[in-house]
Amino acid sequence: MEYLLEVKNLTKRFGGLVAVNNVSMGVKEGEVVGLLGDNGAGKSTLIKMVSGVYRPDGGKIFFMGKEVIIDSPMKAISIAIETLYQDLALAENLNAYSNIFLGREKLKKVLKFINVLDNDYMIKESKGVLDRLEIEIPSLRNRISMLSGGQRQAVAISRSIYWNAKLLIMDEPTAALGVTEQKKVLDLIRLLRSQGIGIIVISHQLYDVFSVADRLVIMRRGEKVAERNIKETNPDEIVSLIVGAEKVSEKICPADRD
Amino acid sequence: MSNMVTQRNGIHRFFLQLGSKWAIIFLILGAILFSIISPGFLSFNGIQVILINSPFILLLALAETFVIITGGIDLSVGFVMGFASVVSAKLIALFVVMGMNDLFSIITGIVITLVIGIIPGFVNGVLVARLKVPPFIATFSMLGITHGISELLIKGVVAKNMPVLAGKIGNGSLIYIVPGKTVSFFIKPLIQRGGNLIEILPTVFVIPFIFILIFAFILKRTKFGQHTYAVGGNIDAAIRAGIDVKNHLIKIYMLSSLFATIAGILYVLRYITGKADAGTGFLLDGIVAVVIGGASLYGGIGSVWKTIIGCFIILVLENGLRMLGFPTFYKYILVGIVLIFAVLVDKLFPELIHKED
Repeated sequence: MEYLLEVKNLTKRFGGLVAVNNVSMGVKEGEVVGLLGDNGAGKSTLIKMVSGVYRPDGGKIFFMGKEVIIDSPMKAISIAIETLYQDLALAENLNAYSNIFLGREKLKKVLKFINVLDNDYMIKESKGVLDRLEIEIPSLRNRISMLSGGQRQAVAISRSIYWNAKLLIMDEPTAALGVTEQKKVLDLIRLLRSQGIGIIVISHQLYDVFSVADRLVIMRRGEKVAERNIKETNPDEIVSLIVGAEKVSEKICPADRD
Repeated sequence: MSNMVTQRNGIHRFFLQLGSKWAIIFLILGAILFSIISPGFLSFNGIQVILINSPFILLLALAETFVIITGGIDLSVGFVMGFASVVSAKLIALFVVMGMNDLFSIITGIVITLVIGIIPGFVNGVLVARLKVPPFIATFSMLGITHGISELLIKGVVAKNMPVLAGKIGNGSLIYIVPGKTVSFFIKPLIQRGGNLIEILPTVFVIPFIFILIFAFILKRTKFGQHTYAVGGNIDAAIRAGIDVKNHLIKIYMLSSLFATIAGILYVLRYITGKADAGTGFLLDGIVAVVIGGASLYGGIGSVWKTIIGCFIILVLENGLRMLGFPTFYKYILVGIVLIFAVLVDKLFPELIHKED
């Protein structure tokens, strides 16, 4: 199957430091790709080039078969690539549906010339997307600050999905959550996959990644060091790939020379 | 945290509801208390006196409501008000001297003052939004600048020589009733000496009240209001949601200056003088009213109507103490105590903050 997102030979330098060096990878529709690597391996930089935060110094990005130039976060959103950062970017003083529609509020006219917020419409639509994602939230009118970490994550995800994200990039989606909530978010990721959305998950929690991902891409010091199907690998191998243990490099180097 | 909130029982919920409305309960109790001690307090005239004294604090508090919701503060509103009073008084007097008729001088003077009056806000907004100057510093500098310019304009005295009409407008009322004879709006009917004339709703209250109605609506029901809350709640989220945060902040500070300017113009119409320090006392009252109204100085929380309740708590205290013969200083002490109380309620009972918008 063709890739939904494919990056080819992406490179990013900060001064003399090569943060991402010649990395190629892809995500298919309805596929979860785990992006793994130690701190400073270049995962975030790679992702930020796809989400429009950084401009690559070299390489190409293809989305839905066409080459795209993503020069701003708004551009990424406009072509249906949504990124969920760890801080979720929710306004905690606003309620769930206001956050889902933030910046893209639905308006209606009163007295034929005054534009006001169409709250009923926004509530109805938000309910629809939450139902689709099987998310339960006590009340859509509750401020985000009244919700738990998992519920906030769910609201942030629903926002992306409501605006028709085809590719969802999640940065440490389970990091700040309790065990039950982690499980719910992982279930949500599986549900999104079943609905045909391509997902890239960055995480340090190997167990979580193994439980949802179809494929793993491992980075070290700015380079992609390995790519594994989840069925053909195990956590031990992945850990040694991440830290760059001796026997693993032996295993990979011959392949690289081909 | 969510479990704690959802599991509360009926009585607890009742007290929470009651507690979250402490400001309005405090206002009602205060009004009852004062009207028992001093019978004239809640009389027709007693209420009119409160309304006549209300416009400046109402307008400055309205200005602070918007700024504080975005997480900022505007310390310049007091002296922008003074600046506007001086500019409008000077302009009106100038136009009269130039030979324009009184009404036209007043209208032209007011319009030009409104335009000049939003400049300090524009500068504040650019400093805060584009040049990342902390609001406290930016607006504090503007406080000094507007104060200095006003004093220069009037050379340290006051701006006078207003046409009589100005005072008539500023001390007029919305409705006049001559019992058994006529009812008129805005225009004071001629009455015989000793005749009975009832004046209802002073103009200086009606004008701010119209702005309050409009801007309460804007804050609660429109995209502009929603973005104001979003900027104060999480500025990064607002930026990532595509909101033009910088321009929004500039508009907010201009709005703040606009309200202060209107306050300054009303001051001239009421007292027929322009003074550099016309608004000095109202800055603190305005900020206090917003905080009593439950707004968070960290931004994101607050509402126009709650601010108005805060304003009337201060006005009731002020007027009640005056009627009982206490010097004004007692008001400052009481307002200070109420402010500390308001902040403590917020700190000790965070559940009181409404969980819904």
